[in-house]
Amino acid sequence: MTIAEIQEEIVDEFSMFDDWMQRYEYMIELGKSLPLIEEQYKTEDNIIKGCQSKVWVHAELDADKLVFTADSDAIITKGIIAILIRAFSNQRPQDIIDSDTEFIDEIGLKEHLSPTRANGLVSMIKQLKLYAVAYQTQLN
Amino acid sequence: MLEVGLDIQKIRKDFPILQRKVNGKPLVYLDNAATSQTPQQVIDVIVDYYHRYNANIHRGVHTLSQEATDAYEAARGKIQTHFNIAKAYEVILTSGTTHSINLVASGFTSLLKKGDEILVSAMEHHSNIVPWQMLCERTGGVLKVIPMNENGELVMGEFHKLLSDRTKLVFCNHVSNALGTVNPIEAIIEASHKVGAAVLIDGAQAAAHIKADMQALDVDFYTASAHKMCGPTGVGMLYGKEEWLKKLPPYQGGGEMIAEVTFEKTTYADLPHKFEAGTPNICGGIAFGAALDYLNGIGMEAIAQYESDLLEYATAQLLSIEGLRIYGTAEDKTSVISFNIEGIHPYDIGTILDKLGIAVRTGHHCAQPIMDFYGIPGTVRASFSFYNTKAEVDVLVEGVQRARNMLL
Repeated sequence: MTIAEIQEEIVDEFSMFDDWMQRYEYMIELGKSLPLIEEQYKTEDNIIKGCQSKVWVHAELDADKLVFTADSDAIITKGIIAILIRAFSNQRPQDIIDSDTEFIDEIGLKEHLSPTRANGLVSMIKQLKLYAVAYQTQLN
Repeated sequence: MLEVGLDIQKIRKDFPILQRKVNGKPLVYLDNAATSQTPQQVIDVIVDYYHRYNANIHRGVHTLSQEATDAYEAARGKIQTHFNIAKAYEVILTSGTTHSINLVASGFTSLLKKGDEILVSAMEHHSNIVPWQMLCERTGGVLKVIPMNENGELVMGEFHKLLSDRTKLVFCNHVSNALGTVNPIEAIIEASHKVGAAVLIDGAQAAAHIKADMQALDVDFYTASAHKMCGPTGVGMLYGKEEWLKKLPPYQGGGEMIAEVTFEKTTYADLPHKFEAGTPNICGGIAFGAALDYLNGIGMEAIAQYESDLLEYATAQLLSIEGLRIYGTAEDKTSVISFNIEGIHPYDIGTILDKLGIAVRTGHHCAQPIMDFYGIPGTVRASFSFYNTKAEVDVLVEGVQRARNMLL
C-alpha cells in the first residue's frame, strides 16, 4: 500500500470513534502493541529532542525500503509513534520525503501538531523525514 | 460546600479566565505555581494605563510622564510596604526573579575570589543554579549543595557542616517550586550571617502564599515575580540591603542608570536607578502594585489558611488513588502537590487531564536535580491558589482516576 492509502485507512479507523476518549483509548492500544525498538538502538543519539517524554527512533534500509522502529517511555506518545510508523515505515525514502501529514489533523490529533506542543509530534515527523533524506542520498 | 474564611464565589468572579471552557469542559486551573491568573482589578489598571497616561518615566516634564512616574513609584512603595522593606530604594524593579538572580550573580563577579564557596540548596529551580554555576566559572568559586531528604526537606545538619569562613554566598528558595517545601530560611539566614556569608532567598514560589518580612528576616537579597502573585508577566522585584546594593556594580548599562556621562567616564545614578537601566516595564510595575493591593485586600493570612485547607483536602483525596505517590511531603509546605502513578508517565496523565479541561504542569519543573534525586523523569504537579475550590479538587481526582484507568 502507498503512504496515502495507509493514511486513508487510518483516517477511516479513527472516524468510527465518537469522542476523544475513544480515540485516545485506541491510540493507547496502538502504543501498547508497538513493535519495540531493539535495546541497542535506545541510545542518546536516537532520542528525538523536543519531547517531554523520551522518544527513540531507529531507521534501517531493507532493500529499497526504509524501516522504522521506535519506543517511548510515555504511552500516548508511543501511540502517536505507532501511527506514524504504520504510515511511513516500509516505504521508499523518496515517497516518505514527498508524503504529507494532513491525516494527523483528520484523525483529531490536530492539537498535537502545534510546534510548541511538548510531545514533539512535529519533531518526530521531522526526524522520520530526515532519515528518509539521509537514506535517499545513500540510495542515489 | 463550606469554604472557610473566604467568599470564594465572589473571588472567582474577579477572574474572567476562570469562566472559560477548555476542550468543552469548564477550566480547572491548577498550574498556579507556573503562573497565577489575573483579576479584573489588575486588568483594569493595565487598560487604564494605556488609555490615560502611557508615557516614559523619570525624565519627561509633561503631565503624562509625571503621572506615569508617580504611579510607578507608588507601586515601588506598595512593594516596599508589602515586604516590609526599610527603604524604597532597596526595591529594584526587574523583569522577574530570573533577572533578579542574574543581577546579583553578575554583581558578585567582582566580589568573589578563587576558592570562595557558594552554597545552594538541592531543590533549586534551574534559574537559581545556572547563574551561580556561571559565576563560579567566571571567578573560580566553588558551588556546594545543601542536600535534601526523601521528604523533600533540606538536611540542616549537613548545611551547618558545609558552612565555613570560605562561604561567601548562600542561595535557597523560600518555597520549592517542584515540591512545595517551605524551607527554614530564618535558620539559614542566621547561620550564614554568623560566618559572614550573604544570603539570597528566591521568593518566587513563596510570595503568593507567604508575606515575607524583609526586616524581620534580616535577609540580604530576596526576589519575587509579579506573575505568580496575580500580576502580569515580565515584571518582578529584587530586594537588596542597601549596603549590598551599594557594593554591587551596575548590571546593565543604559539610560536611566547614569548620573553623568562623558566619553571619558560615567558616574552611576543612585539606588535604585543604578540597577534599572533603560525604560522599564512601566505598566507591569504599576500592575504589580495593583496585584499586591488585590492580595492584601483579601488578606495574605486568610489566603494561606484557605490554601492550607485545600492542600490537606487534595492530599487526602489524591492519596486514595491506588499507586499514587506524592513527592515532597515536608512538614511545612505550600499548596503544591507533585505526584506520579506507578507505571504511568506523568506526560500521559497531563495529556488526559488537559482533555478534561484540567491544567496541570508535567515534566521536571525546571528542577532536574530533584527528579534525579527521586530517579524519575518528572511528575504531575497540581498547584492550588485561593481561587480554587474543593469541587475543583474533586474534578482533578476524578480526572486522575480516569487517566489511570485509561493508561494502565
